[in-house]
Amino acid sequence: MTFSTKDGRIILQGYSERGKETMYDVIIIGAGVIGCSVARELSRYRLDIGVLEKEEDVCSGTSKANSGIVHAGFDAAPGSVKAKLNVEGNRMMPKLAEELDFDFKQNGSVVLCFDERDLGKLEELYQKGIENGVEGLRIVRGEEMREIEPEISDNVTALLYAPTGGIVCPFGLTIAMAENAATNGAEFHFQTEVTSIVPLENQEGYHIETNQGTFEAKIVVNAAGIYSDVFHNMVSEEKISITPRRGQYCLLDKKAGNLVKHTVFQLPTALGKGVLVTPTVHGNLMIGPTAEDILDKEDTATTADGLAEVAAKAGLSVKQIPRNMVITSFSGLRAHEKGDDFIIGEAADAPGFFDAAGIESPGLTSASAIGKWLAEQIGSKLEAEKKTDFCGRRRGIVRLAELSMEEQNQLIQKNPAYGNVVCRCETITEGEIVDAVHRPVGAKTLDGVKRRTRAGMGRCQAGFCTPRTMEILERELSMQALNICKNHEGSELLVGYPKES
Amino acid sequence: MENRKIVIIGGGPAGLAAAIAAKKAGVDDVLILERDVRLGGILNQCIHNGFGLHTFHEELTGPEYAERFIQEAKAYDVEAWLNTMVLSLSPDRQITAMNREKGVFVIQADAVILAMGCRERPRGALNIPGTRPAGIYSAGTAQRLVNMEGFMPGKEVVILGSGDIGLIMARRMTLEGANVKVVAELMPYSGGLKRNIVQCLDDYGIPLKLSHTVIEIHGKERVTGVTLAQVDERRRPIPGTEEFISCDTLLLSVGLIPENELSVQAGIWMEAATQGPQVDESLSTNLAGVFACGNVLHVHDLVDYVSEEAALAGSRAAAYVRKMCAQDTAKETLEKENTEMENAESILLHATDGVRYTVPKRIHLVQMGDKLTVRFRVADVYKDKAIHVYYDDRLVRRIPKRVMAPGEMESVVLLKKDLMQAEDVKNITFSIGD
Repeated sequence: MTFSTKDGRIILQGYSERGKETMYDVIIIGAGVIGCSVARELSRYRLDIGVLEKEEDVCSGTSKANSGIVHAGFDAAPGSVKAKLNVEGNRMMPKLAEELDFDFKQNGSVVLCFDERDLGKLEELYQKGIENGVEGLRIVRGEEMREIEPEISDNVTALLYAPTGGIVCPFGLTIAMAENAATNGAEFHFQTEVTSIVPLENQEGYHIETNQGTFEAKIVVNAAGIYSDVFHNMVSEEKISITPRRGQYCLLDKKAGNLVKHTVFQLPTALGKGVLVTPTVHGNLMIGPTAEDILDKEDTATTADGLAEVAAKAGLSVKQIPRNMVITSFSGLRAHEKGDDFIIGEAADAPGFFDAAGIESPGLTSASAIGKWLAEQIGSKLEAEKKTDFCGRRRGIVRLAELSMEEQNQLIQKNPAYGNVVCRCETITEGEIVDAVHRPVGAKTLDGVKRRTRAGMGRCQAGFCTPRTMEILERELSMQALNICKNHEGSELLVGYPKES
Repeated sequence: MENRKIVIIGGGPAGLAAAIAAKKAGVDDVLILERDVRLGGILNQCIHNGFGLHTFHEELTGPEYAERFIQEAKAYDVEAWLNTMVLSLSPDRQITAMNREKGVFVIQADAVILAMGCRERPRGALNIPGTRPAGIYSAGTAQRLVNMEGFMPGKEVVILGSGDIGLIMARRMTLEGANVKVVAELMPYSGGLKRNIVQCLDDYGIPLKLSHTVIEIHGKERVTGVTLAQVDERRRPIPGTEEFISCDTLLLSVGLIPENELSVQAGIWMEAATQGPQVDESLSTNLAGVFACGNVLHVHDLVDYVSEEAALAGSRAAAYVRKMCAQDTAKETLEKENTEMENAESILLHATDGVRYTVPKRIHLVQMGDKLTVRFRVADVYKDKAIHVYYDDRLVRRIPKRVMAPGEMESVVLLKKDLMQAEDVKNITFSIGD
């Protein structure tokens, strides 16, 4: 079974909807934050756009497990693609958050220096930031450091303050762009794994074989995250290699969410790259990540050593991190390319094949800028016209808990499902979950509901709401309970009925 | 805004018993706010028997035990609003709640009884490394799926933690056709009742591995196994003891946490050892007119004790409301009296040397009944030891016990006449000794 969208609505079907030889102007491989951004930017044009995603939902790879940071842009080497797109993406974020209604907060960031001897490095970062065009940067010493961030360690000797740093919900950002792309006509094919890409005989496009049949497109966009080397290398002789670089994180209870106001980075030292301590945009505290180069592109397990490292390093930045308030831990894989820069644009020896490869940090920040840049190149290559009826605005799921009492009562009167709390920890109502299921590119799994509504993300970690959310999925999608998955196919939550064996 | 005399948050065993007691004590207006579709709380999914031995002198299932209280509450005309979620509680007892029919509404209560129960500690709290596949459930969630929804969450099961729900689920999963391979317990003793170890594990040949824990979870989509390891006395895994156990399900029974988000937000003083409110002999919190009982106060082992404790909270809340009504000059006088009482005649209860906490935390002698049951848990397994009770520095009672264990709640009954005779007692200390 696969899920696709038609006119922005979810349909369940046995095979890819258009059957064999589905033709698009542009096919995007990967529905992570980059693929969804490209899809949204391209949906401004009169083009048929298809997005092929091997998982069951958007935001299922690198995009789902990262720091959720909107970087200011002082990290990347001046003149690099990374530097340019980071700063541009950072500048685009406030307006995008307003247009697409996702959670974003410009909380500012600081980089801590623990040793007078490292001051030069902090100065270097500052200079890079200035060259990259980052606004408001300054190096702070003395008492003012504690005014900016009171809980930092006594060992901090100086810090770099970047007021334009921010935090964003990676799910919220990706899902918002996907929904908006779908509303503007982009079609999403899930559980559709690309197995080969071959140029058409007339050299005017590509054949794409998948586990769900064949597709054809004039343009292919490679936004496949840690698999972007695999697809690039199918069509280009200039081989690239992506190493999965694993990052482990711990997420702490909202009770610890106020420990720091800013995103707190550490200046890299001889001991290695540091970890960050940051509030999340929803008010939790997050610490991490590790940076481990691994071989397996699917290995998102956490390890005892990794989690211990995160806790130990985070403790260097901030006093008294309440480790007993950890509510979950997870890891994600960054798509690290050895050239240490984004690979973006048309492959030199494969016309019509556009890469967005090696997108690791600050990829989330840069996503909107990457999407815009690629869409402009593709639009002009195809001489595509802009739509007159493109709608760039999207409204998110209305969260009952965020409304005034008067608004809450109006909503419940109109739809009583908003008066039924399903997730107690985060106060998420049935109305919100039903909305998450039925909106464009809607939720089909427990994790899909969680990422769209936060039901199950609280301190009890879905202990209470799991059976209730399953009932809603069963009813709203006319599914059998036994077929409801946590996420991927094979992650069914139930295995049968009592007394079967 | 509606005004009500007694509002009880939670319609489980504690809320029901408190409501009945309040009615019996003569308060006509008692309202239960329950977030679930039915009264009875967690008892509804506890379909095994063993409930009510103390209260009714017979063995009932959880739903049967609940039903007796539900029927009694009905007979007393207790009002209950179901599917109603309390969103906040203010220090002056304004309750904001929500349901489908009424929307969001505020109730001003003369007295509030907190009876919200507890929730299970999740995987994240243990920070177990590994993957994050389907097939990891808290024991209570699995219990609900099996007993109420009629589904099997797994067939090859490992249970981490030997709390009572875990033990009960080991037997239930076995009865329903699953293969429960092992119950692993981090501590050198079980966190559950002895009778549950015998009746749920021993009788079914399910091994209990003490001083063992899960150090890694395997499987991408669905759990495929766990790595178990023995731990040393500091609960660190011992290298070389790792053992892979294939399974499709990991059930967690690793502790219960009283659900006190409302209490904390209202400004109620909390007790670190219980994670519940600090209460006095009337089960009153530091907020005038706010009482607490059941698992939200401290996690109990037997529901019978919950009912008994909650009845006290109900009758004391009723007394508070009556007093409030009698004094038309009302609030200020009452609050003044409260403050005076706090300062004057309170005896502090202390837990040391093997006693983890006491409920209550203080006693106002003037308000104390003839008898008061002090409940607590011990910190370790003790054999042939005794509970020592001190009035200030004087050992006044020594209660020998064959066995005491953290999984079983202990209690000591204090008599008012003893305390009166002893004169001017300021502190009562409970400890474990010879």
